[in-house]
Amino acid sequence: MKSRREFIKTTAAGALILGSSAAANKLGLAAVLDQNAQRADASKSKVVIALDAALHGPGGQLDEKRVQALLDRAIAAYTGRDRPVEAWKRIVPVDKVIGLKVNGLGGKGISTHAALVLAVCERLQQAGVKPGNIVVWERDARSLEACGLTVSTDPSRVRCYGNDVGGYEDQPVAFGMANVRLAKILTRQCDMVIGLPILKDHSGAGVTFAMKNMYGVVQRPYELHANYCNPGVADLNCIPAVRDKVRFTIGDAMSAVYNGGPGFRPEYLWQPNALIVGEDRVAVDHTAWQMIERKRAEAGVPTLEAAGRAPQYIATAADADHRLGTNDPQRIHRLEI
Amino acid sequence: MKSCSLKSLLAVAAVLLVAFSGITGCKKKAADAFPKSGAIAGWEKTSDTRVFAAKDLWQYIDGDADQYTAAGVVSTSTSDYKYQGQLEATVDVHTMNDAAGARKILEAGQTKDAKTVQLGDAGVEYAQSVIFRKGPYLVRIVAYESTPDAPQALLALARGVEARL
Repeated sequence: MKSRREFIKTTAAGALILGSSAAANKLGLAAVLDQNAQRADASKSKVVIALDAALHGPGGQLDEKRVQALLDRAIAAYTGRDRPVEAWKRIVPVDKVIGLKVNGLGGKGISTHAALVLAVCERLQQAGVKPGNIVVWERDARSLEACGLTVSTDPSRVRCYGNDVGGYEDQPVAFGMANVRLAKILTRQCDMVIGLPILKDHSGAGVTFAMKNMYGVVQRPYELHANYCNPGVADLNCIPAVRDKVRFTIGDAMSAVYNGGPGFRPEYLWQPNALIVGEDRVAVDHTAWQMIERKRAEAGVPTLEAAGRAPQYIATAADADHRLGTNDPQRIHRLEI
Repeated sequence: MKSCSLKSLLAVAAVLLVAFSGITGCKKKAADAFPKSGAIAGWEKTSDTRVFAAKDLWQYIDGDADQYTAAGVVSTSTSDYKYQGQLEATVDVHTMNDAAGARKILEAGQTKDAKTVQLGDAGVEYAQSVIFRKGPYLVRIVAYESTPDAPQALLALARGVEARL
């Protein structure tokens, strides 16, 4: 069993200040040494699964006070930095506008938890991001309210509003079968986006998590639902604004639905008590899919494959035409803490 | 002669009225299925009723819309409720083309934990939800918490909805 310090050291190889060409210069000597020491893992996509079995009380209520600590553990494990402020500085450019794309489509019972959003906002500000440079967003006010969030466009505070306020670009953009009008919050407001999806089974896509969450950045997501969202999800994520700006996922798997989704189905509600964190959206989705499959097996529900709706878009996203990440378990460095 | 023409016109009008009713599916018109605040003991209606046509259903239930569309949904109405000021719930009334569509959705979503309840043509309940069908209507009532009194309260609300269909 590794000690926490050893563990952090061995997981410090993430290439952070995500997507920045200046990343190497900003990493510093210690990180470079860590990277060299972990050369074997460096070629792998890191996915951290942070768990807290006590996250929900006996009555099923989320203990919100524990969420910040869970987030800190996840980010520390991912970055190799114990101190949250230092860790976050490795993830985001603190002088830029950071978008947090939540998911509230499932309604009150199964939407990104406000406690997680607030915890991320807190750490971003401590790392030096100005409150007004944080934009929490979803499709519309109702979806944000489902997350327990309140709409605010006050530029001196953390902003929180939907595409119904921000609007969509007039000109569509395309990749493959995706021909979409993007939300201006993505195209014009945010320099970098962190996805905060919630883990759900999806009657059409199989699983909805990191990549599917991007359906909330287009005006007509239903046009991408054909053929079990394949290749719709992969194509959408290849559109440059999505591919380049959405650089990190802090997946909410504190609660999830393992069947009957994407709406709230309390009969299939489950509490993995986890956050799934990573840069590689394909690896994150693959990990999330496996988590759902394990729960389905435990509950005696057929696999998604047997149900005829395995999330094929994950493999598509990894193929030579998309290259969004890896779905190869041998190339995923999966860390459960 | 004039009297005869008038009768003929009335007869034609009556036939047209009946035919028009059939064409527009008046019998499948979304009923006002939502009990008002206080109509069911302890329950308060906390939102306006929102109605989504089949083509707009994705705006409400995202990817779930596909399975309802495939089963012939005509429209979906929804409203929020609160029980004794605490337990929040949502009532969805899906108006399908026919009873077969409602049956298809009900049967597709059942789990082994489902308990059969006497509601409409068929119904099931869980700890936090009640689902039933009645003719072309498929009703789903979901609570956002699991409390000891939730099953009984949900069932009472469901009976209130059923009585209005």
